Amino acid sequence: MTLSMLTGEPHVITVGAEILAESLDRQAVPRTGVDWRPPMAGVSADLLARVLADPRRERANETAVGRLLSARPMLVGVRPAREVLGLEPGTFFHAGPPITWDRASGPMRGALIGAMLFEGLARTPEEAEAALAAGGGPNGGAGAGTGVTLDSCHHHRTVGPMAGVVSPSMWMLEVADDEHGGTAYCSLNEGLGKVLRYGAYGPEVIDRLRWMGEVLGPVLRAALERCGPIDLRTLVAQALQMGDELHNRNRAATSLLVREIAPAVVEAAPDRAAEVLRFINGNDHFFLNAGMAAAKVSADAARNVPGSSLVVAMARNGTDFGIQISGLGDRWFTGPAGVPDGLYLGAYGPADANPDIGDSTITETTGLGGFAMAAAPAIVRFVGGDVADAVAATTSMYEITLAEHPAYQIPGLGFRGTPVGIDVTLVARTGLLPVVNTGIAGRVAGTGQVGAGLVSPPAEAFTAALEALAGELNSP
Amino acid sequence: MNDLVEVRAGVYRDSVSLMRVSRALTARPGVSVALVAMATGLNVEMARDLGFAVPATATPGDLLIAIRAGDEDELTAAAADLELRLSERAAGPGAGGTGPGVLPRTTRSAARSAEATVALVSVPGEHAFAEAMDAVEAGLSVMVFSDNMPVEQEILLKDRAGERGVLVMGPDCGTAVIGGAGLGFANVLRPGPVGVVAASGTGAQQVTSLLDLAGVGVGHVLGVGGRDLSAEVGGRSTVQALRALDADPATELIVLISKPPAPEVARAVRDCVFGDGGLAKPVVVALLGPGQDDLTAAAEKALSALGVPVPEWPHWPAPQTAQTLGSARASRDTQRGPLYGLYSGGTLCTEAELIARTMLGTDRGPGSGTAQPPGSGTAQPPGFGTTQPSGFGMARFVDFGADEYTRGRAHPMIDPALRLEALAAVDRGVVLLDVVLGHGADPDPAASLAPALAQAAGRGVAAVVALVGTDGDPQGLRAQAARLNEAGAAVFTSNAAAARHAARLAVP
Repeated sequence: MTLSMLTGEPHVITVGAEILAESLDRQAVPRTGVDWRPPMAGVSADLLARVLADPRRERANETAVGRLLSARPMLVGVRPAREVLGLEPGTFFHAGPPITWDRASGPMRGALIGAMLFEGLARTPEEAEAALAAGGGPNGGAGAGTGVTLDSCHHHRTVGPMAGVVSPSMWMLEVADDEHGGTAYCSLNEGLGKVLRYGAYGPEVIDRLRWMGEVLGPVLRAALERCGPIDLRTLVAQALQMGDELHNRNRAATSLLVREIAPAVVEAAPDRAAEVLRFINGNDHFFLNAGMAAAKVSADAARNVPGSSLVVAMARNGTDFGIQISGLGDRWFTGPAGVPDGLYLGAYGPADANPDIGDSTITETTGLGGFAMAAAPAIVRFVGGDVADAVAATTSMYEITLAEHPAYQIPGLGFRGTPVGIDVTLVARTGLLPVVNTGIAGRVAGTGQVGAGLVSPPAEAFTAALEALAGELNSP
Repeated sequence: MNDLVEVRAGVYRDSVSLMRVSRALTARPGVSVALVAMATGLNVEMARDLGFAVPATATPGDLLIAIRAGDEDELTAAAADLELRLSERAAGPGAGGTGPGVLPRTTRSAARSAEATVALVSVPGEHAFAEAMDAVEAGLSVMVFSDNMPVEQEILLKDRAGERGVLVMGPDCGTAVIGGAGLGFANVLRPGPVGVVAASGTGAQQVTSLLDLAGVGVGHVLGVGGRDLSAEVGGRSTVQALRALDADPATELIVLISKPPAPEVARAVRDCVFGDGGLAKPVVVALLGPGQDDLTAAAEKALSALGVPVPEWPHWPAPQTAQTLGSARASRDTQRGPLYGLYSGGTLCTEAELIARTMLGTDRGPGSGTAQPPGSGTAQPPGFGTTQPSGFGMARFVDFGADEYTRGRAHPMIDPALRLEALAAVDRGVVLLDVVLGHGADPDPAASLAPALAQAAGRGVAAVVALVGTDGDPQGLRAQAARLNEAGAAVFTSNAAAARHAARLAVP
């Protein structure tokens, strides 16, 4: 055998004792230092070593992240949830890991109440609340007889922003992965202010949902049928270069989507085109839901690779922050959802904020959002900082990710690909938690959005996942 | 209640900037509400809900300002503050703001960003596996300086490295020289045709220093870790390193150095070297053990194989001062007796002990027949406590570089404190020490050792030093030798010669 290090000039990576590094410096040997620190609190070196020693891990992670990177999400349709997800009346999907009514936060409860009203399953909020309280559990829970069933969107190839509540009459964006054949769904974005996803359920919220079901959804469906599938991968790549990070800023992506679809909207529904396009244009976040479905279908392609420590979902239900791991099937690893640190609208303040909520962290799971902050200098002050902080945020995420995206590039970083594919072992080793950009919901049901900012996932979700990976190795 | 409501037509600021302004103003004393936002329907409605009288003319392209303060002065001050903040331009570092100052956090990440050829891992042993595995997975050879890595991790790491065609040097590997770069403890060697594979750091330093003193250069020293030739690890890295040097066009002769290996592994390695499909290049094997070549003999064999004459190895006899001359006969009896080996290098310690054992036998001590540890009876000096270190008859050897002495403190080649303590407790007989020079080692070992040796001489103790180093070493071989010699010690560049000399002094 030959050893490449025996030929050519030595260049040494030094990790550990500074004195050995200094000795190389005195010899003028080029070197790269590592800022090593002990693993995250609660992670034993032995546990970590056992997971790292899994002979399947490296190949499995390559496979998993390779699938994530090669996914080709296409917006192929807009259809009612009852049709595409087989949703029955009384069944609601929600953001984050599974949750019961009794543990649900204000905005989650508000959104569920709104969905009950929207579906005509209750006449008043009080009536809706009573029905939900009686039967709101995963798959019916204890009150299965009462006809209300809650389940996690993620269990049904679906994601939803904030409360993420999906009911049968809502219209869904349908995104297909041309590369691997998967499909994922996300609802249509309602706009800002008092909206269901932030837990508002007043008449204007319900009216808007009705209009979305009667006008917006059907018009978009007809338009898509005319213009054909829209390549979301290309669109995201362009938007990143136009200042979006695709979670808290979707202005460029929304504009690009409108440009793609507007002629078809006009052709498909000349009478309704103006109101439809006005609605989309009035909401900089319209693209978010399409981006989330694209992220979901990409992350799902990476699921179920035995031995892989890749994170394939991060999601919050307003109470718990949960993650899922490629090599660990549909298991959730959770910790308490934190309260975002950010800027507040008007007179609202931290006391009004609900803990972190929503499936929109699927963007960070696929290397967008907080991971792509360096692409979005326009919104860096959400961090309470400046452009350098955004660059630092993105740069630090390369430390916990397996790859750099070949198509999603950041101009300000010399067109370096975004950091993609969170590896639980790297999170545990560095103690660097994923950077998440998020909107902040009011904690009282019906309030709506109160701000936006950054939030850290709970470390225990990652330590629990690591322990489970080690546990898998022990079982036959 | 004092309200300020204003709509500025056509003034645009991004919502985040405005949220910052709102937050700052709200934080002012006396201000109960401050809403500075673009006058979208939503924001206008919010302001109206808060009781502000927003003009009907406001459009989403206008800036809406709504501030409520406790009194007129506070409101005026808030308004002035607002102007300042609105006129503020984004300052801060220039475009990008990216700096090269941030270091990678893992070896994996470092390997991704750098054109590295090898990694040097010296994190605490329990964490070394992760970093070393990163290197192997990135296709890099790795030297694991860290000790206390579980053996099953070592085996796994070496198997994975074998599949990748990279080498794991270690764990507990103190010395390597790769293409002229000294990793860990390493002497400054002239480049040349010899390649060394060593399961022993100080053993490799002894052999390569002697070769250098004889004018023969060394291309690479590949450490493999002290446990590589154990039955469990089975010489995984040794075999790999031997084959790599065999394939290296710049290497003409290979020297293999190890502490006493497991017999079956020694056989396997010899098969790999000399058996069918063995190495093409000449190999000098120095596997320390009873009846085997010592390190100096191995260096001399290497010189012979290269056709280079064996020089007289530099040494400096103890100064014959008037005092020692005058009392030579009288002191003969008092100098006889216990031989204390106080070592920093494990292999050097083993080698010296083997030589002393051969010369002194096991139970030939005067009087009781067993040397008492120096200073016994009072506070035990380090290394000679109740659990006796390796010792026999009238000689006792302690390897201060062994794990039990390095937990929580630096290696004795860096921190001489423990050894100096033990030396101070020797009050008779002969003391034998090694001093290892080179990169990574104490920058001036004579500074602390020479005075201690002078004091020992004053107590009638004969001192012998094995000085391992080259003329290129930063400490300066000859300058160090001179100072140790002036302090009364006999100094040898060959550890084997030093051990023989010390044993002769100790022989009754």
